[in-house]
Amino acid sequence: MAKEYRTIEEVAGPLMLVQQVVDVKYDELGEIELPSGEIRRCKVLEVNGTDALVQLFESSLGINVEKSKVRFLGKGLELAVSPDVLGRVFDGMGHPIDGGPEIIPTRMLDINGQPMNPAARDYPNEFIQTGVSAIDGLNTLVRGQKLPIFTGSGLPHAQLAAQIARQAKVRDGSGKFAVVFAAMGITFEEADYFVSDFRRTGAIDRTVMFMNLANDPAIERISTPRMALTAAEYLAFELDMHVLVIMTDITYYAEALREVSAARKEVPGRRGYPGYLYTDLATMYERAGRQEGKDGSITLVPILTMPDDDKTHPIPDLTGYITEGQIVLSRELYRKGIRPPIDVMPSLSRLKDKGIGEGKTRADHANTMNQLFAAYSRGKDAKELQVILGEDALSEVDRIYAAFADAFESEYISQGFETDRTIVETLTTGWKLLSMLPRTELKRVKDVFIDQYYGKD
Amino acid sequence: MKSTIEGRIVKVSGPLVIAEGMRDAEMFDVVRVSDKKLIGEIIEMHGDRASIQVYEETAGLGPGEIVISEGAPLSVELAPGMMSQIFDGIQRPLERIKELAGNNIARGVSVESLSREKLWNFQPTSVTGDYVETGDVLGTVQETELVLHKIMVPHGVRGTLTRIESGDHTILDTIAVVKVDDGSEREINMLQKWPVRRGRPYIEKLAPDEPLLTGQRNIDTMFPLVMGGTATIPGPFGSGKTVVQHQLAKWSAADIVVYIGCGERGNEMTDVLREFPELLDAKSGKSLMERTILIANTSDMPVAAREASIYTGITIAEYFRDMGYSVAIMADSTSRWAEALREMSGRLEEMPGEEGYPAYLGSRLANFYERAGCVRCYGQDKRIGVLTAIGAVSPPGGDLSDPVAQSTLRIVKVFWGLDSALAYKRHFPAINWMNSYSLYADKVGQWMDRNVAPEWSRLRGDALKLLQDEAELEEIVRLVGQDALSFSDRLKLEAARSLREDFLQQDSFDDVDTYCSLNKQYRMLSIILKFYYEGVAALDNNASYNELTKIPARYEISRLKFLPEDQVEAKFEQISRDLVDQINAVMPQGV
Repeated sequence: MAKEYRTIEEVAGPLMLVQQVVDVKYDELGEIELPSGEIRRCKVLEVNGTDALVQLFESSLGINVEKSKVRFLGKGLELAVSPDVLGRVFDGMGHPIDGGPEIIPTRMLDINGQPMNPAARDYPNEFIQTGVSAIDGLNTLVRGQKLPIFTGSGLPHAQLAAQIARQAKVRDGSGKFAVVFAAMGITFEEADYFVSDFRRTGAIDRTVMFMNLANDPAIERISTPRMALTAAEYLAFELDMHVLVIMTDITYYAEALREVSAARKEVPGRRGYPGYLYTDLATMYERAGRQEGKDGSITLVPILTMPDDDKTHPIPDLTGYITEGQIVLSRELYRKGIRPPIDVMPSLSRLKDKGIGEGKTRADHANTMNQLFAAYSRGKDAKELQVILGEDALSEVDRIYAAFADAFESEYISQGFETDRTIVETLTTGWKLLSMLPRTELKRVKDVFIDQYYGKD
Repeated sequence: MKSTIEGRIVKVSGPLVIAEGMRDAEMFDVVRVSDKKLIGEIIEMHGDRASIQVYEETAGLGPGEIVISEGAPLSVELAPGMMSQIFDGIQRPLERIKELAGNNIARGVSVESLSREKLWNFQPTSVTGDYVETGDVLGTVQETELVLHKIMVPHGVRGTLTRIESGDHTILDTIAVVKVDDGSEREINMLQKWPVRRGRPYIEKLAPDEPLLTGQRNIDTMFPLVMGGTATIPGPFGSGKTVVQHQLAKWSAADIVVYIGCGERGNEMTDVLREFPELLDAKSGKSLMERTILIANTSDMPVAAREASIYTGITIAEYFRDMGYSVAIMADSTSRWAEALREMSGRLEEMPGEEGYPAYLGSRLANFYERAGCVRCYGQDKRIGVLTAIGAVSPPGGDLSDPVAQSTLRIVKVFWGLDSALAYKRHFPAINWMNSYSLYADKVGQWMDRNVAPEWSRLRGDALKLLQDEAELEEIVRLVGQDALSFSDRLKLEAARSLREDFLQQDSFDDVDTYCSLNKQYRMLSIILKFYYEGVAALDNNASYNELTKIPARYEISRLKFLPEDQVEAKFEQISRDLVDQINAVMPQGV
């Protein structure tokens, strides 16, 4: 029986100081028993002699310094896993909240995981067809990639994420799929959108959900994504499934982290976020990937609302440095009625080059991709000029480019949230658009491909 | 041997552990923490309390647990067996850890940095009776096909060689015996240890003057680096820092490459591990991995080891420099290293400097980059060794006022500024030609004039001038439109565009374009400028601007990137002739 302490000295925000403890370890899980008999959980943030500073995972409401008891459990926070987790809904601490029975665990897994040995990683290079041209054609997603969606409040990121979850497949259709969904601080309605979409498409049976909604304790948000990733690791590396993890919203997660950091009176980094925000985010994001000798994979699509649409805000900024690219949604395109409003210029998939080309998509993919980017970029410049100086000021070629940019947005990007395009359809649309340009402008495409596809319907 | 110093943990806070009973320990000694034997390093002493940064995850540690000092500072093992390997931040071989602990890195894995069993064929180059000094080469081991590992006399040893043995040996076998001047005998094996925080000594530093060729047009032609120089690549995320670093690791004309992935993505290291063995060295045709050493501390690995990884890497690089090789070290990214520094500083409750970084950030960075250089190494043959350092910086939001970027810029001589606007346009490498610089440009220019073509410096100057003029003209175009410009200005814009698209842009993922020889660079630059010079002359002779810019040779120029090196001479001759003919053809008759 673990020792019980009635020596809570202070409770402040999410932190609690317990004194006269013996044999307490750093990062150990603890339980607080309230006078009512209710149990809350906490973990040790710092041990200093006989003082233990602990962080509550749940709200501090009702904790009585005098009467509450604390026990330390000699282990870290764990998640019970078994193949039965599929189709279930849990709260941010891994307790079932769908009215179903508790999971009878085949394994108890430490939610912090362990860093993956880079020498044991398998390089992600399998093309995932999401059915979204702006992603498949220009910012290709591959299995085991971490590709966040950078969005702003009021933009349809949920629709896009649900569309990806619904449509994603590999071309040969191999492997078992699962979706792990982690809600952190989002509203009931937003979470419900995903739940009903998964239900509508039948995906719910192969989905595991971890829900920490806006009215749940903010502090639980710190463990929610780790719970989800632990479940994903179990499904991917022990049950050989291809797992798509959707996490929304990283911004709320980072705010919870800031709350704990501020309570600890740590020296803040940019905008009050802790200096270790990068490391902390990395320990989550880096759990995506593939491993040698394992069939499964974890593909991570976190959703991140940029405060004030500012990409240089620390949360998107640090995320961008860790993840393998980003899909950026644009308010301007959204207002123009482009759906999904993916701004392809700042969007990027770093792993695209490994997932495309002959045998994966098609040999001309890389060339057309570069050419589309270059042409769209030039078209946008031309349109800007057109706004200032009028159409007459444009050269003949620039006028074509301006028309290209418009067509590109309306035909290539704007496909709606229900259209599922194959990669061949995406490439064909691309060539149709490129055929608007004079052949000599296609500097980034090899002659063989131009001969094969240019101007053909 | 010092008596073991044993202390007890009193406090654990993240990677920082404070232990008491450590009065006799020395600063920067390596300690083993708890019975899990986690590796740590003493970074502060207060009375008998030592602050220890632990290089592994500290979960599960608590007060009362034992801390044992190893009585030596953090060191790397230097001997054959390092090439083609991937190590973590404190030189533990990751392949070996994978064999022992599976796909994830478990704690307290105890492995030797270098294999004690493997036999290496040692070929003496010195003979019994030779008088040898520090740094003299006793013999060699062909470590990989590309690297001849020279076994040097360790520092502080000089005397007469009384025995030297050729043949297969482990790194711990005695391969030579030196009768030191005081009469005692010193056995020498192939293994040397060196503390990472102390630079390896050399006789003198020399001013570098030869370019480090990289096969990248933007770098070799525009903003060159020299062997023994220092460079930095700052840029916001997505601007292609890592791709540039990888390109340099692949194609730079160094004998040895040490690549440090410091707080970056795991998949990037995997990429290097998978791709490099398949890439062939342009000179020798051997796999590039044979000359590469990887140090990986990915962002999910313990943060304290990230701090050490930079030093581990540069110490290994210095060791090969001491053999007289040209070594290039790439650190991606120094910002993550600085963040590790900041995190430890915060836990030590130091007074923060700018943005929470410790006040000693600048001096630590300077210390790192200053370990690069062109030096005369120890050893009687007075050989010259070169260490070139290239560091990536990841400034928050791409803002160069960031303390890490600013401290770096004060030290390094070459600045390749990456630009997100260029990256968005998929202009890669996204090195911004307007704000990048190389303080070696003049020196390298003279070298190029001597070794490539006498007009090199002039061409480069003209090209940069064109790009500068373009930026100014663009301003005008944005205000009043292109029609307001004279034909000669419009030709300038066309030529600049060709420079940007056909020369500066280089496709790292294309088999041909990924590496561009110096000769091809020169040819490309000269033909693009030739169009401009001839065009200006033609305009003076009343040639039609529209027809001039539409000549077919320009299209040919834009395809030159993909031209294999063996066809360069013939193709350029042909285009050069066509260009002149076609320009003559658009000239009004009778001129």
